[in-house]
Amino acid sequence: MGYLRRKIVFYAVALWAAVTLNFAIPRLIKGNPVDIMLARAAQGGQPMPAEARHALELQFGVSDDPLWQQYLGYVGNLLHGRLGLSVTYYPTPVSTVIAQSLPWTLGLAGVALLVTVVLGLGLGMLAGWRRGGAVDALIPATTFLAAIPYFWLALILLYVLGLGLGWFPLNGGYDYAGVQMGPTLAFAASVASHGALPALTVVASSVAGWMLGMRNMMVSTMAEDYVVMAEAKGLSPRRVMLAYAARNAVLPSVAGFAISLGFVVSGLLATEVVFAYPGIGFALLQGVQNADYPLMQGIFLIISLAVLGANLLVDLLYGVIDPRTRKA
Amino acid sequence: MSVLSVRDLSVVYGGPRPTHAVRGVSLELDRGEVLGIAGESGCGKSTLAYALTRLLRPPASVTGGEIVFRAGDGEEVDVLALRGEELRRFRWRRIAMVFQSAMNALNPVISVRRQLADVLATHEPGMSRRAREERCGELLDLVGIDRARLSSYPHELSGGMRQRVLIAMAMALNPDVVVLDEPTTALDVVVQREILQEIDRLRAMFGFAVVFITHDLSLLLEISDRLAVMYGGRIVESGTARDLMAAPAHPYTVGLLGSFPSLRGERRVLHGIPGSPPDLSLVEPGCSFAPRCPYAFDACGEVTPAPLPVGATTAACLQHDRTLRPAGPDPGLAARRFTAEDAGGLRPSRPPGDPEPGGHQTGVRDHGGART
Repeated sequence: MGYLRRKIVFYAVALWAAVTLNFAIPRLIKGNPVDIMLARAAQGGQPMPAEARHALELQFGVSDDPLWQQYLGYVGNLLHGRLGLSVTYYPTPVSTVIAQSLPWTLGLAGVALLVTVVLGLGLGMLAGWRRGGAVDALIPATTFLAAIPYFWLALILLYVLGLGLGWFPLNGGYDYAGVQMGPTLAFAASVASHGALPALTVVASSVAGWMLGMRNMMVSTMAEDYVVMAEAKGLSPRRVMLAYAARNAVLPSVAGFAISLGFVVSGLLATEVVFAYPGIGFALLQGVQNADYPLMQGIFLIISLAVLGANLLVDLLYGVIDPRTRKA
Repeated sequence: MSVLSVRDLSVVYGGPRPTHAVRGVSLELDRGEVLGIAGESGCGKSTLAYALTRLLRPPASVTGGEIVFRAGDGEEVDVLALRGEELRRFRWRRIAMVFQSAMNALNPVISVRRQLADVLATHEPGMSRRAREERCGELLDLVGIDRARLSSYPHELSGGMRQRVLIAMAMALNPDVVVLDEPTTALDVVVQREILQEIDRLRAMFGFAVVFITHDLSLLLEISDRLAVMYGGRIVESGTARDLMAAPAHPYTVGLLGSFPSLRGERRVLHGIPGSPPDLSLVEPGCSFAPRCPYAFDACGEVTPAPLPVGATTAACLQHDRTLRPAGPDPGLAARRFTAEDAGGLRPSRPPGDPEPGGHQTGVRDHGGART
């Protein structure tokens, strides 16, 4: 239990630091959302009166209050889930923008990551176990896919499989015209078919790293005495491979998994752009293009939360799979 | 009736320069006896242990010879012919092994309980969970470790305890043969002593035969019934521990015995054996010890000596070959002295250690021809 408590205290401090930085950074940047709104309006040929400016300032929470008051207000707003208004999607609150795009990203990136990791580790394990075997021969092919710039690979696959062969829809999260959003089978099928190609491109381009890493760890683990001993004990090859070799070989990959898991939330920027997928990455791109600080700030906060949460999860998982870390 | 017979076993590590690590080794292991195998690093003794337990992995492979295991009921098993499921079932039940470093032989992420239970679960699938748990506890009792340690992980145990766990694990299926590959090398002498006593006690209890492999000849003289000294992949001398200590016939054995002090014997000058072990990737006729041997003569570079009975032991040394030396071995060797000066001014026939592996064959001939 001591392990768990220490970890949770550590992550609580890290969370506070992340939240505070998220408060401080926009205040160090010149300008504020109201100036941006006014500038956009002025470009459109409609200069705003002074009252409008004041109204906007109230809406965006721009004030000259002492910093500590602003900080308390910010923390209070956070606790109520209020992240401010988006400039891009004015007057939609940032929390709504995030709430609408986050599920898409979580679904796509989460599934893609899981498939990648399970496939990569599984193939890597087999490749290392039968070094020089059929699975091992796959490695050059997968590393070739990984070496191609991702956006280009995605575009090629989209062109060939989507446009050329027509196997997959070209863009979007689901068939906006044909299907109503809701808990129906038709909607689920549409989401699945729209997500399949983006997920496939992600898996194809990133599976090699996992596979290669796992394969090499597997090869070095198999030279360990305990694996030889497991064999000498007359255990079945399957048990030797899983419980003795792979069980130890997978440990470094778990740390890698933590990092990847955290960044699932930040979205697959390139993927979402190529496939016009309505996820967080796409929203972030809009935010950047429009200097939408509230939106970026909200997204960054969500990303930091996710990275911290994923790391906590993996730290706990690590304690389960490697007994040596429990007492550390 | 021997429980394990090894005939002309050869093991080669393949590759661009194949290494002939074990060269025509023959051994007999009797039921319940302790056979010690001594030799310096790189003489092929661990490779021999791995061959006996069928644990060699590519690029190593057995290129010749046979290993026959005889069960208590007289049933013979051709160990080298075992495949797949048969081999799996043979392992550990018939020949168990205690590995060199207890630090690495236990899986770091699995509890002691599961590592012990694994053996029982695979070999005795009919055993109930409770019976398995009880048996695991018994095994730890056997080596004097608290049952509560079943839940421990290897990193929570001391080196000596880990070695005991390994020994307990080897006892799990009551094997006929236990191969111990340098089981005490990583331990200090006090723990080493305890472990050896443990092994001896268990052997008296269960009657398994032991193949004890180590570089520590003094240790082997103490604990083994019979001894085999390995050099350059071959057994150069074998016999009972007592005979080997009293009357070594091979110059290498003489040299080894002269290189460590005796606790109770008279004070004497200790000698090392100059030179380094042979390159096992070279296959050439002649005795592989000849470059370091003070008693080497012309024939040593040309004829590979076969094991001959010499007194009470069996030695593979041409000095004892009556057809080559009708007058008998050099008086120095007969007096069991090692150094070249003792040997009456006879110089080594070849410089110790050949720096150039290429052209070695001709080199040997040149040396042979240049000699008077």
